[in-house]
Amino acid sequence: MQFALMIYHSPEEFDMRKNDYSHPYLGAWRAYYKALVGAGVYVGANALELPETGTTVRVKEGKRRVQDGPYADSKEQLAGFIILELPSLDAALEWAARCPGASIGAVEVRPLAPEAMRRGFTGE
Amino acid sequence: MNEIKQEDTHKIIERVARESYGRLVAYLAVHTRDLASAEDALSNALVSALNHWPQEGVPKNPEAWLLTAARHSLIDTIRHQKVVLDSEPTLKFLTENSTETTLSTQFPDERLKLLFVCAHPAIDPAIHTPLMLQTVLGLDAARIAQAFLIAPKTMGQRLFRAKIRIRSGGIPFEIPQERDLPERLDAILEAIYAAFGIGWDDMAGADARGRDLAEEAMWLARVLSQLMPGEAEVQGLLALMLHCEARRSARRDASGRYVPLSEQDPTQWSLPLIEEAERHLAGAFQQGRVGRFQLEAAIQSVHAERARTDRTDWSAIVLFYEQLLRISPAIGTRTGYAAAVAEAHGPEAGLAALDSIDPGEVSHYQPYWAVRAHLLQRLGKTRQATEAYDRAIGLAEDPAVREFLLHKRG
Repeated sequence: MQFALMIYHSPEEFDMRKNDYSHPYLGAWRAYYKALVGAGVYVGANALELPETGTTVRVKEGKRRVQDGPYADSKEQLAGFIILELPSLDAALEWAARCPGASIGAVEVRPLAPEAMRRGFTGE
Repeated sequence: MNEIKQEDTHKIIERVARESYGRLVAYLAVHTRDLASAEDALSNALVSALNHWPQEGVPKNPEAWLLTAARHSLIDTIRHQKVVLDSEPTLKFLTENSTETTLSTQFPDERLKLLFVCAHPAIDPAIHTPLMLQTVLGLDAARIAQAFLIAPKTMGQRLFRAKIRIRSGGIPFEIPQERDLPERLDAILEAIYAAFGIGWDDMAGADARGRDLAEEAMWLARVLSQLMPGEAEVQGLLALMLHCEARRSARRDASGRYVPLSEQDPTQWSLPLIEEAERHLAGAFQQGRVGRFQLEAAIQSVHAERARTDRTDWSAIVLFYEQLLRISPAIGTRTGYAAAVAEAHGPEAGLAALDSIDPGEVSHYQPYWAVRAHLLQRLGKTRQATEAYDRAIGLAEDPAVREFLLHKRG
């Protein structure tokens, strides 16, 4: 089954991402990626731009509401996600613990919705 | 004034709970054959102690008071459930002496039976350790879940299911027959060692999670060695854990950086713990039944020698590993053997030993990659070493270990 690892960063951690390519934190991430691929569990991943680059849209009573910044008003913000193919939640938690983001920020592990439900959304 | 006294009472209750929990749960569960109810009853008794003791004073025999309170709680539960069928002997046990508020006679220590129940082959081995930690030491499910990296809710459910299985599966509360004893005892030892969580003291793969539970595991091992003083492997396990424990503070430098065994300063090791370990190991060897934990302890004992001799006898370590491989060719043992061979006979020999391990077995196994990276680097195979370091770093959970390896990778 597939799991999403959602990585949440504090502002300090977002700052670390802006550092040069040789920063140890980024080194740890590259190694983590190789370990995921090497273990054959990697499905996909992506990193997001800084939270302040986000724009939030709502439509209320037919009117558009557009707001600068991210949806959630919290200190720690979504920084990226990883999708893994794993046998169980236990295995997903193991990989979350190894994630460099977990030792500074937080990593939320959530199963992807079952295939049937996903088909309900896509109609495919 | 009154508040200080209340705080003291709470401390006493905490201490009594810690020291008596397992004895009380074991005694109640052996007679009722229902672990979950025994634990609930003891929880109620502890709550009752928190209500009564601060006002009425701590009873002369706190353990007996708790036992009586737990019995009353069990009687209430049984009456409430109106379970009549097959609970006659249980009720008899519960009502015996139940009018006494202080039992003068000691009740028998049944913790060994409880340990054998927790590590019974009919129960999923993955839950053996959590079950022991909860029933013998009274740790709560949330704390156990932290250490095992399992969602707290899931851990609670698994513990609950295991207890249902004990009750409905007719798992006996008894010490196994002679012929089953070694195998059954081994399951207990494995579970205690899993709680200790260190096996990789000699390479960059120390398990950060086990650290919290190390003290609890030592406690369990000491209890077991009191209950079974004649078992060589019990002494061996205790010796192994004491040796690892002796080095705990040397494994981090002043700024919190990871220090591998080979670079540790032996003056930082705890001499009293090493001496205690050596006493247990000597006692175990005298019994002439060598086993896995004695051999692992012997390997740690050779490492500890460095405190006296300033060198490590790697060929002795290789010999112990060879014996160990004949008993349990686990992935960890094979990796440790390869690391020892590399020190004794050079990195090529060590690498050859690593190459004999099936690659499918090591894709998630961090210490293998750490050793491999180290040996490739020593052979000057920089590109391959970097690859292996990446795998080791990516699989590491402890940020200190990750940083150490990043630094070594260069």
